[in-house]
Amino acid sequence: MNNFLTRTMLVLLCCLSGMMVFAQNKPAMADIMRSNGKIYVVVGCCLIILTGLFLYVWRVERKIKNIEKGNV
Amino acid sequence: MQKSWWKILSFVLLVYTFTAGFLLDVPHLFILNETIRNLYFHVAMWFGMMIVFIISFVYSIKYLRHTKYKHDLFATAFASTGMVLGILGYSTGILWASYTWVTDQSQSLSSILKEPKLIGAAIALLIYGAYFVLRGSFTDMDKRARVSAVYNIFAFAMLFPSIWIIPRLVGSLHPGAPGSTTGNPALNFNDIDSRLRMVFYPAVIGWTLLAVWITTLKIRIRLITDKSLLNE
Repeated sequence: MNNFLTRTMLVLLCCLSGMMVFAQNKPAMADIMRSNGKIYVVVGCCLIILTGLFLYVWRVERKIKNIEKGNV
Repeated sequence: MQKSWWKILSFVLLVYTFTAGFLLDVPHLFILNETIRNLYFHVAMWFGMMIVFIISFVYSIKYLRHTKYKHDLFATAFASTGMVLGILGYSTGILWASYTWVTDQSQSLSSILKEPKLIGAAIALLIYGAYFVLRGSFTDMDKRARVSAVYNIFAFAMLFPSIWIIPRLVGSLHPGAPGSTTGNPALNFNDIDSRLRMVFYPAVIGWTLLAVWITTLKIRIRLITDKSLLNE
């Protein structure tokens, strides 16, 4: 419970710091999103897709290798 | 296993691209904001395409020198992978431009459709598209290989003028062009900073290696199906 409270406070604090960035008339970057930690979700998804893609290509290569050896 | 080190390298580099590309700090720029990270994906597609087309060009020359069917096969396979990368680069460019060019001060859709970089890239891709049409229109194998090898050299000669030189001569919104400083923060090599380079070069190498890997698979399939032709 305590953990949850500190986390909420942290998120709030980050949101506030994000607003401060806006106030300083700087371009709005993903400071809030990153402090929330949600960007890691996107990274995870992309890595899963990438791994899947590579596994697929690898499997296709294995099949071709099999055919090359003569056992169709 | 010894021969597949570059496939593993490609995987490692792309994992690095996706993690570092999303998480590392990037230059804070107006209009572009976080989309600067597209450098690792959109630009890497075009770089990969150019490298793959260079390989295809080399094999076309090799075919004309030695008239070996294998070289023609290699040139076609690399050209088709290059087309895939080019189409991916174009589509990602459409998405990127629609959020950074259209929203800009005085740009509208009609001004973007006149973009020399877009037109140039489309011309380059269409020229390569015609390469496959040309190949398909021959029934005689030797003639097809010879004519398409010559055409591939011509297509390659048109590639760099249409995607690099002309957009720079006439000015364009696309980063790197002389007029771009007015509309968009330029992404020429003077202000692409070391933080971007740290991910960009590994990204280019990783994507290119993946493209080469897929091409080798295509080549190996063709080598099996065209076995009778290769034993001449």
